[in-house]
Amino acid sequence: MSASSAPAKPRSFALPSHLTLPVLLGAAITLFWIVTALSVDLWPIYDPLDMVARRLMPPSAEHWFGTDALGRDVLTRTLHGARSSLIMSCAVIFFAVSIGSALGAIAGYAGGFIDNAIMRLVDVTLSFPPILLAMAVTAALGPGLENAAIAMIIVWWPAYARLMRGQVLAVKAREHVEAAVAGGAGHARTLIRHILPLCWGPILINATMDFGQVVLLAASLSFIGLGASPPTPEWGSMISEGAIHFYQWWICAGPGLAILSVVLGFNFLGDGLSDYLDPRRS
Amino acid sequence: MSAAPLLEVRDLTVRLGGPARRLEAVREASFALAEGTTLGIVGESGCGKSITMLALMGLLAPDIEISGSVRFRGEELIGKSQRELSSLRGKRMAMIFQDPMTSLNPVMTVGEQIGEAIAIHATALSRAARQARALDLLKVVAIPFPERRLRQYPHELSGGMRQRVMIAIAMANDPELLIADEPTTALDVTVQAQIMELLLQLQKERKMGLVLISHDLGVVARVANEVAIMYAGRICERGPVGTVFGRPGHPYTRGLLASLPKIDRTVESLIAIPGSLPSLAQRPSGCRFHPRCTFAQSICTRDDPALLPRGSVDVACHFADKVETS
Repeated sequence: MSASSAPAKPRSFALPSHLTLPVLLGAAITLFWIVTALSVDLWPIYDPLDMVARRLMPPSAEHWFGTDALGRDVLTRTLHGARSSLIMSCAVIFFAVSIGSALGAIAGYAGGFIDNAIMRLVDVTLSFPPILLAMAVTAALGPGLENAAIAMIIVWWPAYARLMRGQVLAVKAREHVEAAVAGGAGHARTLIRHILPLCWGPILINATMDFGQVVLLAASLSFIGLGASPPTPEWGSMISEGAIHFYQWWICAGPGLAILSVVLGFNFLGDGLSDYLDPRRS
Repeated sequence: MSAAPLLEVRDLTVRLGGPARRLEAVREASFALAEGTTLGIVGESGCGKSITMLALMGLLAPDIEISGSVRFRGEELIGKSQRELSSLRGKRMAMIFQDPMTSLNPVMTVGEQIGEAIAIHATALSRAARQARALDLLKVVAIPFPERRLRQYPHELSGGMRQRVMIAIAMANDPELLIADEPTTALDVTVQAQIMELLLQLQKERKMGLVLISHDLGVVARVANEVAIMYAGRICERGPVGTVFGRPGHPYTRGLLASLPKIDRTVESLIAIPGSLPSLAQRPSGCRFHPRCTFAQSICTRDDPALLPRGSVDVACHFADKVETS
């Protein structure tokens, strides 16, 4: 097995075997969007809110992705949209992972009644279709990016609780945990020092993959008017605006490609990460 | 025996499977251990050796039913809270596990793990002081290049080295009682001898009580003062090593000794005890050994013999006299 990954054909450069083309592509895309989100204000492009040209112009040398119904540059708005999308994803993933893995770890470690109480809550939450639950929560809280983020945290934490609980259950049965308890370690120490450090692999992989999914769901919420409010450059609401103009396909193409590439990039990256962290890899 | 032995276990019974099934993993095990002596516990896999030890350390799951009495320096341990037991575990009574490959935390360095063992019970000690202590402990267990080992992770060490680290962790707080659950089973033969020597030397230096669980009769014979033979959850024979192994009073002990290959004798085939250990759910009536016993009579199928003194040894067999003289 290991022989196949050895330098089979002579190459001018050699990459570690886990850095396959999709992983590199994913990393490149991800990096591009992160850099864009951080520095887009400094770029020599139009202002995302300025009406810079005639409305509904097809792609041209000045406006690579054309202009939208108000004459704003689609490329500029797409690039600016990266910021809200990525910040939102970061926040959602951060809170979902924190809340979910904390509760999951407690459930798995404590067992019994506490486990049941937490996991039944997880089951109930997971039994709703995610988009429906997110819509319901956002609608109840009122439209807006913050509320959409809260809704998505509510949608996402149970998956991490379940994942973490399974990890904790598996690691808890390991002998070094018993040895730690035999050495007098209390509950907190056993859980934090001897169980949790061995549980992060799958959580990390899942979080990377979910990054793209959060971007997608955020765009979906904005698309139906529950996320960002109109002038804000946001991918979902841009597609929503463009959807009325069926023959001016370029209005949707910019943000659509952006969403596609973000989801794809994070998935590739997550895949690579899961291969890399897989203990069975040769 | 002095007034209060280091460890005194009386009628320890462990039942698994909840109230519905009540499988008896250990039944009425009794033994005592004086300060500075070694007790060997011998038996096949699954006979209840390890469960007995986990029970007296308070390491069994809370839904497992434990009855009887475990006195540690006269102090009753059964019924103590986990918090109280935690303050004993690792400080006054320590345990070494069978498999050093899995008993160390893979994501902590050796130094961190020894340091933690110290920190749990000596909270006032500074980090530097703990690391100095950890270094001393590595020297005590004779690990070469101790300074470098402190910064290494378990996967960088060999099995024997890891078991030495486990011993260092167990020694971290100078325990009075050390329970070693088959400490050498997972190791190479040459390393086994080294680890046993180390344990013995440490025991002598520190006057620890040592409970050695093993199925290696040779090791027990050489190392232990007393031995308890377990079969299917019961102690079937218990006494000074020389007497028990020299003149076994229980057919099972005899069988165990007879099944050992001898290096100075050519034999056609090894003598095995016929049959196999009965499962936890289907323990035979009467004496648990009777289906495999050549001495069995009808009384053995009805009546479970009590562990009764015969000279310096306690034997649980209806025909102990016959076994010994035959």
